[in-house]
Amino acid sequence: MQAHRETPVSWGRVLRAPHDVLRPSFRDQLPAALAASGGSAVPYGLGRSYGDSCLNPNGALIAMRNLDRFIAFDGNTGVLRAEGGVSLAEVLELTVPAGWFLPTTSGTRFVTLGGAVANDVHGKNHHQAGSFCRHVRRIGLVRSDSGAMDLAAGDALFDATAGGLGLTGLIAWVEIHLAPIRSAWLTQETIPFSGLDGFFELAESSLNGWEFTVAWVDCTARGRKLGRGIFSRANWSEQGGLEVHARRPRWAVPVEAPSFALNPLSLAAFNALYQWQGERRAGLARAHYSSVFYPLDAISHWNRLYGARGFYQYQSVVPLDAGREATRAMLDIIARSGQGSFLAVLKTLGPLASPGIISFPQAGVTLALDFANRGQATLDLLARLDAIVLDAGGRLYPAKDGRMTAALFQAGYPRWRAFAAQVDPVLSSAFWRRVSA
Amino acid sequence: MKKIIVLGALSAIAEATCRPLATQGAHLALFGRNESRLRAVADDVAARGGRADIFVRDLADAGDADAALADAARVLGGADVVVLFYGVLGEQAKAEADPVHARAIIDVNFTSAALWMLAGARLLEAQPAGAERPALVAVSSVAGDRGRRSNFVYGAAKGGLSILMQGLAHRSANAGIRAVAVKLGFVDTPMTAGIKKGGPLWATPAQAGAAIVKAMESGGAIVYAPWFWRWIMLAVRATPEVVFNKVNL
Repeated sequence: MQAHRETPVSWGRVLRAPHDVLRPSFRDQLPAALAASGGSAVPYGLGRSYGDSCLNPNGALIAMRNLDRFIAFDGNTGVLRAEGGVSLAEVLELTVPAGWFLPTTSGTRFVTLGGAVANDVHGKNHHQAGSFCRHVRRIGLVRSDSGAMDLAAGDALFDATAGGLGLTGLIAWVEIHLAPIRSAWLTQETIPFSGLDGFFELAESSLNGWEFTVAWVDCTARGRKLGRGIFSRANWSEQGGLEVHARRPRWAVPVEAPSFALNPLSLAAFNALYQWQGERRAGLARAHYSSVFYPLDAISHWNRLYGARGFYQYQSVVPLDAGREATRAMLDIIARSGQGSFLAVLKTLGPLASPGIISFPQAGVTLALDFANRGQATLDLLARLDAIVLDAGGRLYPAKDGRMTAALFQAGYPRWRAFAAQVDPVLSSAFWRRVSA
Repeated sequence: MKKIIVLGALSAIAEATCRPLATQGAHLALFGRNESRLRAVADDVAARGGRADIFVRDLADAGDADAALADAARVLGGADVVVLFYGVLGEQAKAEADPVHARAIIDVNFTSAALWMLAGARLLEAQPAGAERPALVAVSSVAGDRGRRSNFVYGAAKGGLSILMQGLAHRSANAGIRAVAVKLGFVDTPMTAGIKKGGPLWATPAQAGAAIVKAMESGGAIVYAPWFWRWIMLAVRATPEVVFNKVNL
């Protein structure tokens, strides 16, 4: 198999380095891809990881997207087996008309099944469904040292592969149990809240009656308004058809935005507008799953809004008892910095354990925000947030990260050495070399 | 339910064509060299709601094309479409220096393809007439529209295939079978892995596949996909030699 020199990017577009890209098309080519990698390769799906966990500068990158076949789908039981490069969007295009939905989903449908497993993604129903890999029955893995393997939930290598950032072997196929739906529509309630206490009350009171919850926070609001935002909760509706999402995005960002477009003034204006919009729309409404789960998928290449230098995303999870104060402290620092983002997302994660040894989701409160890359100023700000997360016993999401220190990673993932023992000798990433040092 | 014989089912464009057909419930006979890969494509077709049977063989050998197609038609219970996808790009410089490589490009892209299409015409014409006209479709290339220094051996073979399809279409203009050459431009597939990609001229396999599915249903003997290649190639063909010779294409 022949490699081609390319410069793939991750979603944050900060790191730009040449890679030797290998593109296997069939499962039987995966051993050859590993063998052709020159001893260091990272698997790459749709490139929706934000930082450097899907990049391997100056080494090989194994592009898995061409492994995009379904292997078996049982419309009676909802069990689907498909190759690792199949996207969640393609899964839904097949299964929604038959009345099946993903048991839980990331905030974009443009991730591969392999990527969803490798990052053990979570969704708005984490408090009821747990993370993605809880619903994975089997994984087909191809390793450089032991070839093709068929893993079942509970195997040591399965638990390393779930949330294992693609480092335990190439994910050839995944078998998941889907969730039945009666329609493709949801009943969604939008509730503005004026501060963090309001958010935590709503999150607590929605735990039982609502399958999906999430909140947007105004990360530019300070003082009395600190932590104001829009809470959204939803349940599947019994009424409506089984319509699949639109295949083409409604809008696109054709080019990178100029660097001056994003400034404290435009940020504050956007956030104020979003808050006002949410207050205007408060109440119950019917909504298709594409707008409830995947609002940003309607705008292709939205990452270009952050300009040529790209952006960092920062997602932490902090245990609930320390979470309230830690979240308040982080939002305060961000608001004062004037560096915040368009969309800051706040959600509580439930107690259902993630299967992965280094899975990110754990019980607590998770905050996710974007920061345009302004070099050292941005890194300094993120380091101040790190201190709060570390102090509160929390951790950061590797899928979103392009700069966390080894100390922070190792504190947040105490079983990381057990995971390291399962890493394929040929696989690595810029992220992994940094945090395992 | 359509019954379709797919020659070269392991190409990325073939797979992208089979997917919408599978969703419509088509029954496909998949021809290709590698059994486990054909099995993977057949499983995908079945998961999407279609049916597929596999036929393992090297299509470069068209010696018993009639028997092979008859065998597939027997398994399908008749054939509505015979569609040919396989091809090899080759290397122009090597083809000019090495007659073995030149022959391989010509044999795969033209000689064997032409023999399969002629056998396909015999198969479809021997069947009792149905409600719809059966179709013979070959995936060809805009490279066949004018000889250019960058790939004229491949272009000559594909140009020959397009002429053959056009001739089959002309011969049975108002009755019997339809014959179509689908001339593709740049498509992002493993076959073009060595070429720098991106820009408005590049199509995805899914876009090419959709055009091929459409060509099975209706349209003329020559289809350009995406459509704008018709006008690009019109301009390329009309360019005077003095100008053309100065352009590195």
